[in-house]
Amino acid sequence: MDGTENNLRLFPKKDARLYMSFMYVTFVSLLVGGLMGLLQTFVRSGKFTLPFNINYYTILTVHGVILGLVLTTFFIIGFQFALMGKTVGISDKQRNVGWISFWMMLVGTVMAAVTILVGQANVLYTFYAPLAAHPAFYIGLALVIVGSWISAFTNFRQLYVWKKAHKGEKSPLLAFMVIINMLMWVIASLGVAVSVVIQFIPWSLGYTETINVLVSRTLFWYFGHPLVYFWLLPAYMAWYAIIPKIIGGKLFSDSLARLAFILLLLFSIPVGFHHQLTEPGIDPTWKFIQVVLTMMVVVPSLMTAFSIFATFEITGRKKGFSSLFGWFKKLPWGDVRFFAPFVGMVAFIPGGIGGIINASHQMNALVHNTIWVTGHFHLTVATAVLLTYFGIAYWLVPHLTGRRLTKQINKLGIIQTIIWAVGMTIMSTAMHIQGLLGGPRRSAYSEYAGGAQVDTWVGYQLAQAVGGTILFIGILLMIYIFIKLTFFAPRGVEEFPIAAEDENAQVTPKILENWYLWVGITIALIAFAYTIPMIDIIKHSPPGSVPFKWPIGRM
Amino acid sequence: MHLHKYEKVWLTFGMASLVIFLLVIGFAAFWKGTHPQSHLETIDQNNVEAHDSFKPENLGLTEVADGKYKVNMVASAFNYDFGVDKDEKPVKTIRVPQGSTVLFTITSKDVVHGFQVAGTNVNMMVEPGHISRYEAVMKNKGEFTIVCNEYCGIGHHQMFGKVEVY
Ligand code: HEM
Ligand SMILES: [Cu+2]
Ligand SMILES: [Cu+2]
Repeated sequence: MDGTENNLRLFPKKDARLYMSFMYVTFVSLLVGGLMGLLQTFVRSGKFTLPFNINYYTILTVHGVILGLVLTTFFIIGFQFALMGKTVGISDKQRNVGWISFWMMLVGTVMAAVTILVGQANVLYTFYAPLAAHPAFYIGLALVIVGSWISAFTNFRQLYVWKKAHKGEKSPLLAFMVIINMLMWVIASLGVAVSVVIQFIPWSLGYTETINVLVSRTLFWYFGHPLVYFWLLPAYMAWYAIIPKIIGGKLFSDSLARLAFILLLLFSIPVGFHHQLTEPGIDPTWKFIQVVLTMMVVVPSLMTAFSIFATFEITGRKKGFSSLFGWFKKLPWGDVRFFAPFVGMVAFIPGGIGGIINASHQMNALVHNTIWVTGHFHLTVATAVLLTYFGIAYWLVPHLTGRRLTKQINKLGIIQTIIWAVGMTIMSTAMHIQGLLGGPRRSAYSEYAGGAQVDTWVGYQLAQAVGGTILFIGILLMIYIFIKLTFFAPRGVEEFPIAAEDENAQVTPKILENWYLWVGITIALIAFAYTIPMIDIIKHSPPGSVPFKWPIGRM
Repeated sequence: MHLHKYEKVWLTFGMASLVIFLLVIGFAAFWKGTHPQSHLETIDQNNVEAHDSFKPENLGLTEVADGKYKVNMVASAFNYDFGVDKDEKPVKTIRVPQGSTVLFTITSKDVVHGFQVAGTNVNMMVEPGHISRYEAVMKNKGEFTIVCNEYCGIGHHQMFGKVEVY
């Protein structure tokens, strides 16, 4: 069975509506968050002040929360629901639970967003204590997290039901990948949920007087690094199991793909200290141990790079190209479903190298909290990941709305991708250089103490405004494409492109689906990396901190 | 599980590079002592003056030996306290000769701050209840901006100072 038939069968309306709801929130977030990004670059150019006394840090908090937390989570959960629906199916009851999850997350998002917009939560998306936002902000975040858990458990249930009906069969690859991502998400977000529910909410409501700052930061970063893999894995799902179909090929290797995902799960969580390298109160030996665990990600990354390029080459050669690089020319450059993710892959090369630099025990000191870091994650999440999400949306949205990706929209998509690549090259490069020169991140325009050093920074901030403007044009175009695909494109059937396995592929070892084993090792690694330093941190705690409201402009 | 021959080569090469890389940074950290700032001493953030380093008269720059200096500082939203000069005016610039070894010691009275001497490796998080400490040799002449590089509130970008190496 090569699954082509299933790829062309549209979802029942009821299912499609659930998946589309997540897409609406995604693209509204893109517009709102992107506008904030544009305004940030304008303010930082020094040539523009925000109207109506709006504070720079209000829009920066909106940008970080809406793009980093809301857009990503909604897209991922919607896409993953669609993948599960396509590969293992969804029951009426599961769909209803899916709706509960959607509404809970939406209510939480609106609560947090309103609190930010009225200026009661200028704490940025990391909400570091003892800066104290209004309790509604934390309660909103808690709702988003719990809502996302409901979808995670729905996904677990979906696979469980399918497994019972298909005794002895291996789970479909994409369903397996979704479960890995959701396992990682649940284990990781437990940390931030504990922090929000046990530390922040009672403290902001005044039920507890003080908060343990270092414990809250450590719990945040226990979650913060797997958060970025949670964004990345859906892109990997597309790179491994969707792109091969789009270019007319087959899966490279089912077992290697599963192994890469398992390794990403294992080494995603016990690594949060690499965000806390310059912090006091944490033993440097434990920091180093977590740096080593962080770098293990190199292995699944190399496996991914190999399998992607191997698929490209094998497919090209099957089409009859025998010269060393002839197959490369034959890739479907004119197909935006391939082109956008491909540009994303290219951005991931400098993005990944930058990540290794950031996580290095010593080099980190040169770039920590400089605008270099912002340049880094606009390459990774805002380009590699986001362009892949766009690449998915070009077929997923019409598949859900029963329309077609027309030639004309396809062309607009190619233009969109190019605009994004150009804008991001300018903005991100300027950020990287300014960061190496010491320019700080998370800062409104400032001339500091003046002098030659500060003068060099300002030029790069102007360049960021140029790049930001181009990017915002890209966002407007993407919104236009989304509206077209949702409401106006001609009716028809757009393929849901899932790649099939080769007829003579090797059997996948059973051990790869031994959930107890992999979750067990994940927990053991976390316990190894965190138990002793966490006990140390708690044992050597200074007095707790009371809430600070005035620094963020709360009365 | 089957691995293609080229994939084996690729992964072996990749993992070998990884091992070498980790050995290099491990050697630098444990034998050359280039750990990032990780000072373990705590303090009562509501009473930082009780600690000898942060008594008002001990703030700012002091020469402790030939070519060796220490700078004690207290961060608070949105200011670095480097002590006062002869005219009782707050010090804003720290001046040290080229090549001197400077021990920066800082703590926070309120929220989390950053302390970076831009363009050098002096880069630390400053947290209430903890003391951060980093020693650096100021090799290059020039003016270096001190920036608070962790968000501390809406005046965050107005929190700065200067180091002048002459
Ligand atoms: C029009 C496109 C965009 C522009 C012009 C833009 C611009 C910026 C700028 C200038 C900053 C740094 C502000 C500062 O440190 O003071 C920033 C931060 C950030 N951006 Fe973007 N960005 C864009 C798109 C995105 C996208 C698509 C994402 C994620 C999917 C994203 C995620 C973030 C995050 C998480 C931060 C960090 C916020 C913080 O430090 O609290 N951005 N962006
Ligand atoms: Cu990380
Ligand atoms: Cu600050």
